[in-house]
Amino acid sequence: MENLFIFLTIFVLAIFVGVEIITKVPPTLHTPLMSGSNAISGITLVGALVAAGTASDLVTIVLGVLSIIFATINVVGGFLVTNRMLGMFRRKD
Amino acid sequence: MAIAIMNLSYLAASVLFILGLKGLAKPRTAVRSNRLGALGMLIAVVGTLIGNQIIGPQWIILGIVIGGALGALMAQQVQMTDMPQMVALLNGFGGLASLLVAGAELSHEWQKPDGMLQTALNTGNVPIWVQFMIATAATALIGGVTFTGSVVAFGKLQGIISDPPRLPGQQIINLVLLLAVLGLTGVMLANPAAIWAYWAIVAIASVLGVLLVLGIGGADMPVVIALLNSYSGLAAAATGFVLNNVALIVTGALVGASGVILTMIMCKAMNRSLTNVLFGVWVAKDAGRSADDVYGGKIKSSSPDELALLLDGAQRVVIVPGFGMAVAQAQHAVRELMQLLEARGTQVEFAIHPVAGRMPGHMNVLLAEADIPYEQVKEMDEINPTFEQTDVAIVIGANDVVNSEARTNPNSPIAGMPILDVHLARSVVVVKRSLSPGFAGIPNPLFAADNTLMLFADAKKGMLDLVAAIKEN
Repeated sequence: MENLFIFLTIFVLAIFVGVEIITKVPPTLHTPLMSGSNAISGITLVGALVAAGTASDLVTIVLGVLSIIFATINVVGGFLVTNRMLGMFRRKD
Repeated sequence: MAIAIMNLSYLAASVLFILGLKGLAKPRTAVRSNRLGALGMLIAVVGTLIGNQIIGPQWIILGIVIGGALGALMAQQVQMTDMPQMVALLNGFGGLASLLVAGAELSHEWQKPDGMLQTALNTGNVPIWVQFMIATAATALIGGVTFTGSVVAFGKLQGIISDPPRLPGQQIINLVLLLAVLGLTGVMLANPAAIWAYWAIVAIASVLGVLLVLGIGGADMPVVIALLNSYSGLAAAATGFVLNNVALIVTGALVGASGVILTMIMCKAMNRSLTNVLFGVWVAKDAGRSADDVYGGKIKSSSPDELALLLDGAQRVVIVPGFGMAVAQAQHAVRELMQLLEARGTQVEFAIHPVAGRMPGHMNVLLAEADIPYEQVKEMDEINPTFEQTDVAIVIGANDVVNSEARTNPNSPIAGMPILDVHLARSVVVVKRSLSPGFAGIPNPLFAADNTLMLFADAKKGMLDLVAAIKEN
């Protein structure tokens, strides 16, 4: 039970941190912000790794592998496409 | 020890994600900060592999190879104009991955006689399995809505799904579905062995996701994508509560906050409430004047040659891109026009309305792709006071965001929506294929104004013709 409250505290505080830093992102970068946040929300991957890597029954393994696939698409696709976009923003020479 | 390393890796990842988002405050630091985020992810993955007894590494490798290849392919192949579709899909995959992880955890827990869930049940530790079941049900709901909602949003952006009229009584259907989800959550709490209830919630949430997004119009897509972005974060956070994993909870909260902020910005830019975007219908559509009334005999159609003469003496030109520029892929032609004008000593700037395009910041990415320096691309509040000192404003494929009715007619469906004040420029050039109305379905008095010239053309062809005419002039 104590754990739950610690987690809830972390969750709420992290929301405040998120609001503070995201409001400082200029509208110019809102599209990379969205693809970049897609990439980090692929953190679900760590849960997927545990599911697929530690299970011995077929159902869990299948679900785990599928979740690894979709989370990895988010991580790899998200970071790469964000990198591609951000590389385009140039200053006037 | 291994567990400690894993937990430290989650702390490091959380810090790096926060620094990564923080660095997006400036375009100059943004590339580096994105790499910090990627490093954080790598650390979290390695920490997880160290902290768990992996018995099936082949499954992990299989998943990562397939997912990594697909992700890299998507990131490399996607056209910048299609970025809204890509983000919609990534939102959806995030929701799907979360609900699959929670589903896997649910079935896995039942395979472990000494697992957390079984132990909690046997020792009567009610709070533990109440948290587990509620978090699992929440993941099913949010993940399911995010997944199918995003797929529908993708279909709409891609033009595969058209905008059907809203079903009458749809809110009641949504409510019934939500009640069913609550009921099934009750089943999961009363009978923790009822794994079927989890998948039933997933199924209902999937229907709900389709219903919620299907009735939302194409021009409201910026709001929907931002909202689904937030949901994908919340789904990850809910999964964090299922797994008791701090990294997921922190990251999910960050992404959830980001999506909510973007949603609010988009709603404000349309002067509409979120409820109105999600459930509302356009009202007072016929309150304004008819197109014939507004346009009759007052439209001045122009030619590239005439516009070249007009631009010849201009000191300051402001270009206003809209969705039409993205559709026609005209951003490179626009860059050519900019360079040509600058070579003649004209000052050129770009004005971006917050809801221009189909997702927040979409126009900025397209202009950046065409090598237009970001210092010349201005936000609405910054550029609006300068239109009075502007010789020519060139509107390319935009409509509602430059409609002065929003300011002058309180009965207009777009009344109160902030607009770009292009009508204050000395001359206005509108490049547009026809006089067809924008999403709001109303005529635009700007097109009939004394100082407006229309160039009826596809955005790209119009720009290329104009560039050619200026070169000849």
